[in-house]
This record gives sequence, structure tokens and C-alpha cells, in this order.
Amino acid sequence: MIQAILVFNNHGKPRLVRFYQRFPEEIQQQIVRETFHLVLKRDDNICNFLEGGSLIGGSDYKLIYRHYATLYFVFCVDSSESELGILDLIQVFVETLDKCFENVCELDLIFHMDKVHYILQEVVMGGMVLETNMNEIVAQIEAQNRLEKSEVSVLGP
Amino acid sequence: MSDIVEKTLTALPGLFLQNQSVGGPAGVKTSFSSRLGGLVRGITALTSKHEEEKLIQQELSNLKATVSAPTTTLRMMKECMVRLIYCEMLGYDASFGYIHAIKLAQQGNLLEKRVGYLAVSLFLHENHELLLLLVNTVVKDLQSTNLVEVCMALTIVSQIFPREMIPAVLPLIEDKLQHSKEIIRRKAVLALYKFHLIAPNQVQHIHIKFRKALCDRDVGVMAASLHIYFRMIKENSSGYKDLTGSFVTILKQVVGGKLPVDFNYHSVPAPWIQIQLLRILGLLGKDDQRTSELMYDVLDESLRRAELNHNVTYAILFECVHTVYSIYPKSELLEKAAKCIGKFVLSPKINLKYLGLKALTYVIQQDPTLALQHQMTIIECLDHPDPIIKRETLELLYRITNAQNITVIVQKMLEYLHQSKEEYIIVNLVGKIADILVLNTVDTYAPDNAWFIQTMNAVFSVGGDVMHPDIPNNFMRLLAEGFDDETEDQQLRLYAVQSYLTLLDVENVFYPQKFLQVMSWVLGEYYYLLDKDTPEEVLTKLYKLLMNDSVSSETKAWLIAAVTKLTSQAHSSNIVERLIQEFTISLDTCMRQHAFELKHLRENVELMKSLLPVDKSCEDMVVDASLSFLDGFVAEELSQGAAPYKPHHQRQEEKLSQEKVLNFEPYGLSFSSSGFTGRQSPAGISLGSDISGNSAETGMKETNSLKLEGIKKLWGKEGYLPKKEGKTGDETEALPVPQESIIMENVDQAVTKKDQCQVLTQSKEEKEKQLLASSLFVGLGSESTINLLGKADTVSHKFRRKPKVKETKSGETTSAHSMTCSYFSSSSNATYEDDYYLDALQDRGDKELNKFSLNSELLDSESLTELPSVEKLSNCKLSSSPSLFTDNNMEGFHPSQSTAPSVAPETSLASSLLEETSEHMHSELVEVCHNETISVSSYKIWKDDCLFIVWSVSNKSGLELKSANLEIAPAENFKVRQ
Repeated sequence: MIQAILVFNNHGKPRLVRFYQRFPEEIQQQIVRETFHLVLKRDDNICNFLEGGSLIGGSDYKLIYRHYATLYFVFCVDSSESELGILDLIQVFVETLDKCFENVCELDLIFHMDKVHYILQEVVMGGMVLETNMNEIVAQIEAQNRLEKSEVSVLGP
Repeated sequence: MSDIVEKTLTALPGLFLQNQSVGGPAGVKTSFSSRLGGLVRGITALTSKHEEEKLIQQELSNLKATVSAPTTTLRMMKECMVRLIYCEMLGYDASFGYIHAIKLAQQGNLLEKRVGYLAVSLFLHENHELLLLLVNTVVKDLQSTNLVEVCMALTIVSQIFPREMIPAVLPLIEDKLQHSKEIIRRKAVLALYKFHLIAPNQVQHIHIKFRKALCDRDVGVMAASLHIYFRMIKENSSGYKDLTGSFVTILKQVVGGKLPVDFNYHSVPAPWIQIQLLRILGLLGKDDQRTSELMYDVLDESLRRAELNHNVTYAILFECVHTVYSIYPKSELLEKAAKCIGKFVLSPKINLKYLGLKALTYVIQQDPTLALQHQMTIIECLDHPDPIIKRETLELLYRITNAQNITVIVQKMLEYLHQSKEEYIIVNLVGKIADILVLNTVDTYAPDNAWFIQTMNAVFSVGGDVMHPDIPNNFMRLLAEGFDDETEDQQLRLYAVQSYLTLLDVENVFYPQKFLQVMSWVLGEYYYLLDKDTPEEVLTKLYKLLMNDSVSSETKAWLIAAVTKLTSQAHSSNIVERLIQEFTISLDTCMRQHAFELKHLRENVELMKSLLPVDKSCEDMVVDASLSFLDGFVAEELSQGAAPYKPHHQRQEEKLSQEKVLNFEPYGLSFSSSGFTGRQSPAGISLGSDISGNSAETGMKETNSLKLEGIKKLWGKEGYLPKKEGKTGDETEALPVPQESIIMENVDQAVTKKDQCQVLTQSKEEKEKQLLASSLFVGLGSESTINLLGKADTVSHKFRRKPKVKETKSGETTSAHSMTCSYFSSSSNATYEDDYYLDALQDRGDKELNKFSLNSELLDSESLTELPSVEKLSNCKLSSSPSLFTDNNMEGFHPSQSTAPSVAPETSLASSLLEETSEHMHSELVEVCHNETISVSSYKIWKDDCLFIVWSVSNKSGLELKSANLEIAPAENFKVRQ
């Protein structure tokens, strides 16, 4: 089960924070900060797995992250998930973002935060992997976008 | 793609510069749709955290005004929500918007609803009270014909949903399992999985539907159901063995590429489904040969098919290896799996190396040779720049520690320990080292004392106060208990003492509190091993520590305990003197207490030495838990009229029982006027309310139900007698409760039952039991006396205390066989009651007094057979009854007829009908059982509305009866006969 999905930039500014397990507000912020510090220390050429530490549930939990240019994508998962599987899931998520936003960049994530959440909802639902098939995810998102367009055209500018 | 991101980012500053004019607070005036942009730009342009805070607080107050304004349209609200989400993500409180998020989800059109749901799922948690307001919306949307709405509702349900409202949506979601759209079915499955997680018993009935989902024609739905099965099989693998075949078939199809091409990922067929299936198979096949055999083929296939061309195939391979090692082993597969592990370990890719080490750690117990094959890689990994790899390697080494390699491994671990700063890692690693060194002391691998102590020193100084408290405790126990060899132990201790002295010599070094505690204990216990005349040197050191402010008060208590121990070895010490002076005026009450103790102990050297013996730390201390040395004092107090102590539960029980007694009183009233009461000679009264208990019992005994109840009470009671505590405590608990239920039955019935029971229990075994029982009851009257005198022994019998009386008195062991008889009468179960009623008595002191006098009399007489004393006994039984009744209002239960009269000097069986009883209607005397020496007979007497059973035991041989036990079979044996 995925406990949390965090996206932050090289300066530790959160870009997407999604918890699937309940943590109090302050703890959530603390987790984001600590995860950032843990991840920041690491070179790009060492492994992508980290132990979650005491904040998120102890040794049963792992942080699996990928670093894309200015952004870190971190998934916090328990032992029932495969490390390499999640690593590729991050890749799927990012590639999907790329397809949806056409050359995604950090700004897309900032200005379309809600859309990023909708995309994520199609990939991971309630902490479980829902869909890994990129075409399927994009199709769902496009269906939603059509909805939006039609609505906008109805309501006018 | 990362290139693109990079490019964009380089362009970012320029972008911001362009927009600066619009950004920041100034941006508030721009149209709603670009407000988020404005906010973001404003924030990005800021340089300090403080400015950001100011900006966001301002933004939030604006938002607050907007969302609560009645003119705000839903469309504007949508924009506000997005900004609120953004602020929340940055860690600012936007709780004022929660209710509006719910409103938006309720009232908005599709798009607004979507934002509302998103905001709700991000803002709230499962137990948030506002969430209840959402339930109706969700129900409505689940029933919607619009697919998007249904999807949104299912999504929110799987993210957060209040547990207690599950029944409201469960049927709707179950329906969705049959929905024509696969995306709906899939989401419904995951929503049900969520319910399974938070309230498993609510979805139990739809397990069959999960099976349907597993067989769904759509792969996505099947994949979603795998989540549920993985979870359920993890919880209980035995319940799903029958599905093994299905999983194997599915995996075969996936591996064989039978799925739609859509599911391929980098031309690997559905890797995530494969991973999930392999994990499920691993769980199913664990320790189960038959199930495992089903999957050998497909595992082999998987291993073969996984051409190593992409990251994700390694993921599958890793799971495959894991599964092969989890299930019942097959050598062929193991061989292949081992080869695969080699690929991982030797891979230049660091992620794979990590997984390789992980796999090695997992399989090392089954196949240690595998570690040997890769030993060079492992050694390399030990010095790997990545701390995660290092840790995993250490974990691996930890599993293969033995006597030969312990020094190296522990050294490596310590090195790592010194480098790491994270508390979590330190705790973990210190635990492991200590585990190697101390916890498995049975076969500790430590090569020599010096190494052992030094390593422990390192562990203590690094692990310090974060380590698990078991570690220092185990270490001290190890030192105290030692190993097999005594001289070796002494050397170990000596070495520890020496090393600690050296450590304490070092100036300006601060040791963790736990380490100081260990040191002070060791120095206190084993300093004598140094063979120095005075412990002056070490006392100085301890004193210094005591004066140190950075030492916690808990540690100071340890320190002063050490000083106390050392003082007993050398009493004249200036330092101790000074220390006492210092701490008797300490503000810390605990320290002051210790200092006073020390001071007083010093004044009595002998006491001190016996209190603090040298090297006795692991000898068991004999503690008189029953506080028997106080018995004399208690007895004295009691004799002066003090109320005896009753533990809380007994007091309560008593209260309860009294209530019950009162409830059933009606019968009893007539008894109070029984002819016996008036007849007792006043002289008897002095002897004893103690015995009056007996007569009371006898009364009780008639009503079977009451009697049974009484048994329980009696035992509860007993605990208060100082000597018996332990035993009776057990007894009380063990008592069967059901007897209570019988209470209500009418007296006649009860008696009949009992009667019948006796007839039924004629079998030899029962006879023996009865003999034993009667011997038990003979001493009844005086038995409690003995307890009070502190003489009762603890021979265990079915009915604990009864037999002891005689035993202790005559100094002979009791058994049914040795019962050589004489003559006595017993009043069956009723005797159980006696203590109970005794306790109910108000005039305690009086009673105790009587007991004493009684006891002395009994002691005088050789045995109960001596008639005078028996006479007295019986007398007092009878005589005490009146007082008992008046005290307790319990007359109803105390027909004082009692069996006492049967103690009278009738020596023949025939004449055993009692004088008094003969006045009333009575049955024939029936012999219940007998043997060569003794015979027991019973008869019934009807009087008023009660029925008594009188048992008489007569001795046919001329020998003296030493004791008798009476045992009444449990209530189940009683049958009702009208």
C-alpha cells in the first residue's frame, strides 16, 4: 500500500502532497521536510530506495524516489509493494503527466495542481495502484477534459 | 523528458520577471481564473519565509471573506478551493474552507463537484465530523446516471469515508460490481477493498463477489481484485488455497502474453500484475508442498521469460526469486533463483545491487553458501559510498554472524554507527550489535572479555540514551549471572570494573545516562574484586558524578546506590560523610531519602553488611510475601477488638452476597424461631461465634441452593485470613459460577436433589471422596483459629483449609485411609458456609477472642474424640446461634437445629437420631456409605418449611478418629425430583 506521494522541487518546495494514511497536519509538513532532507543528501548515482525512518511507520516503510531535473517524486510505501515496481510506477506517472501537459515542467505542476491530482487519482486510488496502462489513464483524463471544454463553451468565457 | 523540464526551469526566472507586475498581492485584482497564478508568482518572487507567511495569511483572509460572502458563485468558489488547496499544501491552515468544499461537492456542476471532492479528500480525514455531511452527496452521486459522477463518488469513497456510514453506500457499490463499464467495476472493487481495510466484518458477505471480480473479463478489474486477495491471503493463507490454480492460470496467461497489448510496459506483459500474482503465490505456497507443486511450472516459465532488458523485468525476477525461496523448495528452481540473485548482486546498477543484497539477506538462512559465492561483492558493498547499501550489507552480515567472524562484523557495525547521525538508524544498529553480544548469551560469540567489555562500552557510549532499555538490563544480568566458569566470570567483572575506572578517569567526557547507570551498578557490585583496602578512589569518582549537574536524578539514584554498597565495605570515609551532609539537605526528595538511608545504615554496620552482601546480586531474596512475621501483631490487635483486614474484592463480594441473602430471606424467617435457639446454655456463648458459624452453616446447608452459593462466598472470604492468601485467591477464581443459577430453586427441590445425589454417588470412588470430605470437615469449627495463630500449614486438599485443623493439632497427616475413626457428625456442604457467615458477623473481635479460647482448649485435648471438648464445641455452636441471627438479620438461613447434637455421646449407629430433631417429622435413617471402620448415614428432618439433612458418621472400630474429609459432589450431580 502506498502511504504518501510527495513531489517537491530541489529547494524543498512542495508541489504535490497526497497522503493516503492519516497524519496530522503538522506531521505531514514535517514528513515533507524530512523526506526532502533525506533525499537531497543523496547523489543521483546511488540507489533510489531509502528507509522511511521513524516518522513514517518505521522499518516496514520505504521511500522510493526519482529525481527529474528540478523535481523529486517520492513514494512512501510499505513492504507489500515491490521497490522496482514502484520505481516504474513513478515513471508511468511522470510520462502520463508529460503526455497530458505536453512536455511537462514544474510550472505545469504549480499552475495546474488540481489537474495533477486528477491524473494521480487515475493512477493511484486510495493508496492502491489502480491503473498502470498509460493509454488508459490518458484516455480517462481526456474524457474529463472534454467535459471541461464543453462546460466552458456552454457557460461562456 | 527531464531535459525538457530542465529547459523550462532555466526559462523560469524570466517568466517570473515578466509577470512580476501582475503577481503578488497586486494580483488580487486580476480575474478569478488567474488568481492562483498570481498567488504562486507572488510567493515565488519572495525571498524569505517570513514574507511568504505574511503573503499567504493575507491571501487566506481574502479567501475567507470571499468564500463566506453570499454573492460568491460556485464558479468563483471553485477557484477559491484550488487556492485553498495550495495554501494547505504549503502547510497553512485553511480549515474555514472545509465546509465550503463539502458544499461545492454537493451543489456544484460536474467540474465544480470534482474540485469539491478533491478538496474534501485532501482536507479531511476519516474521522472528521464534517465528513458525515458528505455521505448524502456520495449516495446521490453513486446513483447518478452520469459515469463521471459515479467515478468521482467511488474515488472519494476509496480515499476517505467514515467507517460507521459504510452500510449506507455498501449496497450501491456492490451493484457497481455488475456495471457495464469496466472503469466503474474496477473502482468499485477498490472501494470495497478500502472497506475491507477499515471494517473487514462489514464486507464479509461479499467475498463471493470478489471471486467474480477475479474472473472478470476485463484485466483491469481482475488486477484490482488482486489487491484484495493479496491482503486477505496475507491475513489467512489457508482459506484461499483453492484459488491457487486460478492464480497460476492467470499468471501463465500473463507471462504467455495473452493479455491485450495495451497492458505491455516496455514490451513486458503487465509487469505489475505479474508482481502481484507472484507475491500471492509466495504467500499461498509457504510451507505447503502440495500447493507449491502447482506453481513450479509457472515460476520456471517466469524465470525463463524474464529477459533482462529493462528495469521492470528485474522487478518481476526479484519477486520470482522471492517466491521460489518462500514456497516449499524445489532444488531445480532454487538453483535458477540463486543464479538470478547473482545477476542482481553483480549488477553495476546500484538499485539492483541493493535488491540483490536484500535477496541474499532473505535466503541466507536457507542457503549460507550463497553468501560465500558473493563474499567479495559483499565486502565491496561494505565500503560502498551509499549508506543504504552499507546498511543492507550489515543487515546481511548480522544474519551470518558466528564465532569466527563476530569481531570483524561488530567492528564494521561500530564504524557505521559512528558515522551515522540519525537516531532511527542508531537505535536499530545498536540493537543489533547488542543482540549479537548480549541477548543470545546462550552461545555468545564474544572471543574474550576485554573485547566484549570494550565493544559494550562503545555500544553504550554511542547508543546512549536512545537504545532499548533491555540492552543495559541484559548486560547487567549477564555480568551477574555469568557463564559456566566462575573464574572466567570474575575476570570479566574485574575487567569491567577496571575499564570503567579508566573511563571515569578521563576528564571532560560526558557519558550517556544509561552508561553511567551501568557503570555505577558494576562498580557498586564488583569493586571488591580489585582487592583494595578502601574504595576511597572510586567513591571520589562517584561523588564527582553526583555533584555533576548534567547527571539526571535517575542516574544519581543509581550512583548513590553504588556508594551505599561500597560504604558497607569501608565504612569510614570522609567522602561518604560529606556526601551524606550534602544530600540530606538536597531538594530532591528521592536523593534525600537515599542519603538518610545511607546515614542510618552506617550507624549499624552489621545490618548494613547483611543488607548489602557482597556478590549476591543474583541470589534470590526470600521475601515473606504473606508478612507472616506480623501475625503476632495482628492477632494481638484483633484480640483487642480491631476489625480484621479484608481485601477490597472481598468486602465487595460480601456486600453482594449479603444483598443476595436478603433477597431470598422469606424462608428463613420461620427458622429464626426454631426451637434450638432458646435452649443453649448461656455458658456456650463465650466460646464462640466462631462456632456459631458452623451452626449457621448447618442451617444453610439444608437449602441446597444457598449452600452452593455459599461455597463461593466462603472461598472469597478466606483470603482475608493472613496465612491463606495465595491459595484461596486461586480457589476463588476457579469456582464455577453456574451454581448461582440454582439459587432460585425452592428448598424442597434442592434438598431432593441433594438427597438423590448422595444416592447416586454410591460408587466406590465417590465413597472415597466422601470419606475424604468428611475427614476434611471434622475440624471445621476450630480451623480458622489456627490460621489466626499463624500455624496453619498449607497441605493442599480439595477443600483447602478444612483438613488442616486436625492435622496441625494432632500432628499427623490426614488421608482418607488413615482415618481411623471415632465419631463425629458432619453437616455436609453447609460447612462451606461457615466462614462466610462468620465474616458476616459484626462482632468480629468477639469472635476472634472466642476462637482463641477454643483453640487452646482443643490443643489441650488430644483429639476431638474427647467428649468434653466435643461437648463444648457442640454447645457453643448452638449457643452462638442467637447472637448471629440478631446481628445479621439472616435468621432465615440459620435453622439452628444443626448437627451439633449428633456429636453427643451416641456411639451406636442406631441411636444416632438426634434428640431435638426427633421432635419433628423425620425420615428413616439411611446408611449412605460405609466400610470396615466407618459408616455414614443420613436422615432428613422436615421442620416448618425447611428440610434438614443430618449426616452421622460412626466409627465401628475402636480406634481413634484422627480426621475426616467430607466432599460434596458438585452441583451438576444433583437432580430435581419432586
